[in-house]
Amino acid sequence: MVAREHLLDSKQMAQFVADGYLRFDEVVPDELNKAAYKQMEAGDIERPGAGTKLGGVWQDSAIGQIIRLPQIQGAMASLVGSDPLYDHHAVHIVQPSHKQGQVWHADAIIDLRLDFDIQFFYFCHDTPREMGGTMILPGSQYRRVSESDIGRYQNFLGQLPMVCKAGTVMVCHHGIWHCAQPNLTQDTRYMFKLRLNPTQKQEQLWNTDDVDAPEIGGILGTNHEWYGNESRIEVVNRIRQWRHLTGNEKFDVSYWMGRLENAPSGTA
Amino acid sequence: MPLRQKLLVLYAHSPDLKSRVVSWATYDGTGNSSPTSGDEDKPPYGSVVAAMEDGWRVIQFPQQSMAHPGMEYHTSYLRYEYILEQLEEID
Repeated sequence: MVAREHLLDSKQMAQFVADGYLRFDEVVPDELNKAAYKQMEAGDIERPGAGTKLGGVWQDSAIGQIIRLPQIQGAMASLVGSDPLYDHHAVHIVQPSHKQGQVWHADAIIDLRLDFDIQFFYFCHDTPREMGGTMILPGSQYRRVSESDIGRYQNFLGQLPMVCKAGTVMVCHHGIWHCAQPNLTQDTRYMFKLRLNPTQKQEQLWNTDDVDAPEIGGILGTNHEWYGNESRIEVVNRIRQWRHLTGNEKFDVSYWMGRLENAPSGTA
Repeated sequence: MPLRQKLLVLYAHSPDLKSRVVSWATYDGTGNSSPTSGDEDKPPYGSVVAAMEDGWRVIQFPQQSMAHPGMEYHTSYLRYEYILEQLEEID
């Protein structure tokens, strides 16, 4: 059981729904970063079968200790429950002096579910801009695209390269658009990615003490400049996701859904 | 001197060619540059019209169509994609 103090709060959950990611800077202690670096360098991370319960995986390794850190467990429990399934992992390696960025893509295929998976991106060493790291596009997670269908795009207003110190972890919605960035340094870049599936209904799994906070609507209404004229439609996507997460089918932001759902039946 | 094509793909805020560029990509058929994902923080032009004023020719215009039934509130690709070209002489 994850201690309540380590669970996400409602504002963080709303931020996740609006942006498709949360980041936790320098949450992994340095000795574990160094041990994980060695594991990645050696290619020494066991690969369980897809659909395995995460709880029993990597019992005696640095990567296992990292995913069991309280803050990581708190984010995991809040988003996909305390007993998620291992989907897959990958160690992404960008060689030194690699000058081309990866094409923009979303992982997997078109995924219509409001029951979402999460992906952890873990950076075991300092990642300055000249080293990459992974670039994400905040707010892209509800777009219906299949993998590299978005490979024609190169730059967006608001694109975000993960520039971070060692021990930083980002957690993303499965649909977020992302791409590895060039590594212009003389050092190899490593990033560990882990996808997890929920096993329990993703409803109010976080610390809901502030679920009625007045700031929630504002967070869910956050605009991302690259949306252009579609910003209001993206808010509809978020309202639907927030209703799914809270169980509150009347939740609304700026009356966008209430207006559409108005079905008058009264007579004068 | 042979000519080679450079493409500039601009994604506008709205169908208005004067509206703000929100996303962009370049493809260089001269071989003199190799643009890639995430390589610029700011668009080369503020609007499609600003690019036209600098000599870029619009060669593709986005079509507008009604949303498919049931898809009215779904999003996917960027909708207002303008493709522009310049022809450049190479040695």
